[in-house]
Amino acid sequence: MSPAAAVSLAAAPHGFLSPTGVEIAFLLVGLATFGAALITVTTRQLVHAALWLVVALGGLAVEYLLLTAEFIAWVQVLIYVGSVVVLLLFGLMLTKAPIGRSPDADSGNRWVALAVAAAAAVALVWVVVDAFRTTWIDLTGPAAGTTRVTGESLFRHWVLPFEALSVLLLAALVGAIVLSRKAKAESGPPPVNSRAVTESSPSVTDSGSDSGIHPGEKEGVR
Amino acid sequence: MHLAYPAVLSALLFCTGLYGVLARRNAILVLMSVELMLNAVNLNLVAFDVWLSRAARDTLHSGQALTLFTIAIAAAEIGIGLAIVLAVYRNRGTSDIDKLRDTAEGPEAGGPGAEGPGTSAAEKAEATA
Repeated sequence: MSPAAAVSLAAAPHGFLSPTGVEIAFLLVGLATFGAALITVTTRQLVHAALWLVVALGGLAVEYLLLTAEFIAWVQVLIYVGSVVVLLLFGLMLTKAPIGRSPDADSGNRWVALAVAAAAAVALVWVVVDAFRTTWIDLTGPAAGTTRVTGESLFRHWVLPFEALSVLLLAALVGAIVLSRKAKAESGPPPVNSRAVTESSPSVTDSGSDSGIHPGEKEGVR
Repeated sequence: MHLAYPAVLSALLFCTGLYGVLARRNAILVLMSVELMLNAVNLNLVAFDVWLSRAARDTLHSGQALTLFTIAIAAAEIGIGLAIVLAVYRNRGTSDIDKLRDTAEGPEAGGPGAEGPGTSAAEKAEATA
């Protein structure tokens, strides 16, 4: 590592004061991403939080593209922007989140949380900048994260974790279906839970709007 | 590109997610903040993988493989988390995590009561069952 890094460092003196075009693009997209993330965690309109999360995750996809990791970028767009945010919006709608401003979106300990987060941010940024101030990512040459390279490494060195991950996804699917089934389907003699079932199920199934929700609810969780 | 740029951005995003997890009251907003934290970790993994693939001639691409695994696990986590939140909402009628205090310790274990007066003992029995 050291000869190559020394050569590249000697060949081109890099500094924060002479950024390249990629760095400027990374900085601008990073500012947009960070701003969207801040709005996501501070806005009082719950649906807007999910929509700003789309901006933050899309900005991260652009950052992956700038880091020449194209496969990760498209996976990010497909999975996060495509499905995770849709799932979150389904969840917000199924829990009857208020559409407008909700005054109690933040809990009472937000100042403690702000202090903890600010302290963590200062410590992490200080340590990271101090450690990697002179480290340079070489982005020239063939891209490090093309689909071909990623696929070769994934199916050559990482096959067993990949297969284990598919088992985990199957288990998560089954678990989500089991969790989102209606509790009325369990006909058995559980003495403690039966009270909760008989109390909650009429109130849920009484109104017409609720009975229309449950198929969509299962659909959304899947 | 300096490695400090993605590293600093990742640290800032992680702390934003940390604030969201600690300060938000709705459980789904907490899940959104967890997604932000996971994405910060992904950005770190990708940046260090791109750096090491040149600087250390690393052909294993462990960072990108781990990023894909993290994305898959995050997808599983959001599915299970939303199923749990919907089950809690169906049983309790709320998804505020401040009101789910059945297992809290101390003299005011039940708190103000999630569903109304008189049911806190029954709810505690359900929560422990």
